[in-house]
Amino acid sequence: MTTLEETARHLAAPGKGLLASDESTGTIGKRLEKAGFDNSEETRRAYRQLFYTAPIGEAGISGAIMFKETLYQSADDGTLFVECLKRQGVLPGIKVDEGLVPLEGCPGETSTRGLEGLAAACAEYASAGARFAKWRAALKVGGGCPSEKAIEENAAQLAEYAAICQAQGLVPIVEPELLIDGDHSLAQFADASTRVISRCVAHLWQKNVVLEATLLKPQMCIPGADYTGEKPTSDVIADETLRVMRRCVPAAVPGIMFLSGGQTEEEATVNLNAINRLAQQQGRAPWSLSFSFGRSLQASVLKLWSEDREGNQQACRNMAAALARANGQAVLGRYEGPHPSITSQAGSLREDFRGWRTDV
Amino acid sequence: MQATSCIRGQAVGGRRAASTAAAGRRSVVVRAAAANPYAEELKATAKYIATRGKGILASDESNATTGKRLESVGVENTEDNRRDWRQLLYTAPGLGQYISGAIMFEETLYQKARDGTPFVDVLGSAGIKCGVKVDTGLQVLPGTDGETSTQGLDNLQARCEAYYKQGARFAKWRAVLKISEGSGPSSQAILENAHGLARYAQIAQAAGLVPIVEPEVTLGPGAYSIEETAYWSERVYSHVMRLLNEYDVMLEGILLKPNMCLPGLDAPPASPADVAKYTTRTMLRTIPASVPGIHFLSGGMSEEESTLNLQALQEACPNAPWSLTFSYGRALQASTLKTWAGKEENWDAAQQILVALAKANSEAQLGQFKGPHPVPGGGRILQALRTGGAGK
Repeated sequence: MTTLEETARHLAAPGKGLLASDESTGTIGKRLEKAGFDNSEETRRAYRQLFYTAPIGEAGISGAIMFKETLYQSADDGTLFVECLKRQGVLPGIKVDEGLVPLEGCPGETSTRGLEGLAAACAEYASAGARFAKWRAALKVGGGCPSEKAIEENAAQLAEYAAICQAQGLVPIVEPELLIDGDHSLAQFADASTRVISRCVAHLWQKNVVLEATLLKPQMCIPGADYTGEKPTSDVIADETLRVMRRCVPAAVPGIMFLSGGQTEEEATVNLNAINRLAQQQGRAPWSLSFSFGRSLQASVLKLWSEDREGNQQACRNMAAALARANGQAVLGRYEGPHPSITSQAGSLREDFRGWRTDV
Repeated sequence: MQATSCIRGQAVGGRRAASTAAAGRRSVVVRAAAANPYAEELKATAKYIATRGKGILASDESNATTGKRLESVGVENTEDNRRDWRQLLYTAPGLGQYISGAIMFEETLYQKARDGTPFVDVLGSAGIKCGVKVDTGLQVLPGTDGETSTQGLDNLQARCEAYYKQGARFAKWRAVLKISEGSGPSSQAILENAHGLARYAQIAQAAGLVPIVEPEVTLGPGAYSIEETAYWSERVYSHVMRLLNEYDVMLEGILLKPNMCLPGLDAPPASPADVAKYTTRTMLRTIPASVPGIHFLSGGMSEEESTLNLQALQEACPNAPWSLTFSYGRALQASTLKTWAGKEENWDAAQQILVALAKANSEAQLGQFKGPHPVPGGGRILQALRTGGAGK
């Protein structure tokens, strides 16, 4: 019987990271439709199958976050997806939040739904094979944001979620995403990031969440998508990101699994690699500096699939593994190009339709 | 430096602001990086003091406490004798190899050696940074069972600026929290002491002094377990860290001076391995990697115990992101004082003991202490909690 701490350490093992494939029906639907597919349950199943039947485990994936629907789906041959994953050493995880809702009195800001009934839901997911969970808070930067209320509310919710998960036998991934939307500078982002993450940690302490069995999923320190100044190099990004992490994240947390949130596939890998190179050089980075990427592990796969749904299946699986491998190497500070991505040229993977949603 | 419009405590508990757009707009102004002109110096000083293989000599006992110590070896508590005693410590040959900083009482910061050299210069020549105790002592919190808060915020900035001018580059403020049988420090005591530490740290940095933040969960009577000490230490340190962040204290420019986790005095003593296990777990859970050095206090541990436990810490946490080192008072001074006993003819021998003790702890900091200890088999060196403000 593995303990929660062992599960967390497995997820944050050297050279490993997470595949975030937990997009809600609405979100994945928009992407599938943009690629020319219908948003049916069967299409969603066939899409996720590309990843879970690819050799992503040996390529560097230690865990895959799933959406509720996917937890109960199977591959073409009838094998449950959770089984496909477990067989290759990939732990199944589950998104447990129910989306963003507008925060009263704070225009443009949100909190997250899902605490009510969470304990029962976690128990159900655990018995279906999930070993870890994820909850996403989203915070805006700029124009007076993130407000004190947004920080406090989201941090408190994240800690409550984390405590409930641990009580039900799931390792919580705590995700306070600071959005790339906006024209803020790197320094402004780093400042906001420090305030948000340290408040999250303060609430985790207050709720007695076991840090050794918790993972953090923050954004790397990058300027806003509409920032008009000079774009910082990956070395500058690495430096600022490490500074913030050292200031906020206790060493007891085994892994910091960065989200890719709007960076291109290649940018995300290059930045992750720079972070790890710098960490190796400087030391004093006691957690794994890893990834929990969604778009950055999927966009090229979807593109290939859109070009030939039936004929490109193997090519898609190869691409899924290649993207995973590149990022696994980046965690070791050993990524060397060329990047397998075929979407970097098309611009960033930023999406405008992601905001607060009440449909699940 | 930009001001902030941060609202503290507003969102805690039931009462929320009216849900209007105006309320939402009373938001936190995102600040640019702190514009403290001392920022680089603070970081460099903290980093230097936390150099691997070195630690701090805590010699900042108030005049009243120093008096008790001197009197215990038959030496009268006069200014000259206090000066002589500190001269013995600061001029010990070779001390600078193992000691990176010395904490002084205010009086001592302005004193000179017999030959007229200011102590600040004596230490400076040996590569030892000067620090100064800036709190003015403990006061009992009304209505509590002997719990204390620490005094000294009034006029602190001006005092720190004067100390900086005199040559001090770091400061120290001691908060004390008690564990009793069956209960830990009250939330009142935790909040009050965490607040005091954070405000002091903020002010010290503004005046160019690296603050040593000392939240001592004190070794006391009772049979409480090491797990209880660890639990309460975690609560205390997480509160302290939270407030340091709220007050924008630059963590790269502070040093922490915590207690090691030990069971109560009436419980069976813990092995160095157990002390190390709980102590490092507490540090890993609460202290961010930005803090360059964690300088444990000796707080009643014997000289040998202090060294053996320090060695065990390195073994328990070989890749610690901060230096796990020492800021020892009694554990460096007790035998030194006894050897001197106020007699000129014992001067060299006393200095040798001090340096031998410093060397042993330096080796322990590097995880290389093999023994034998210069003063083996000593018992606990306890002192009563003194309240009522600093002795002048």
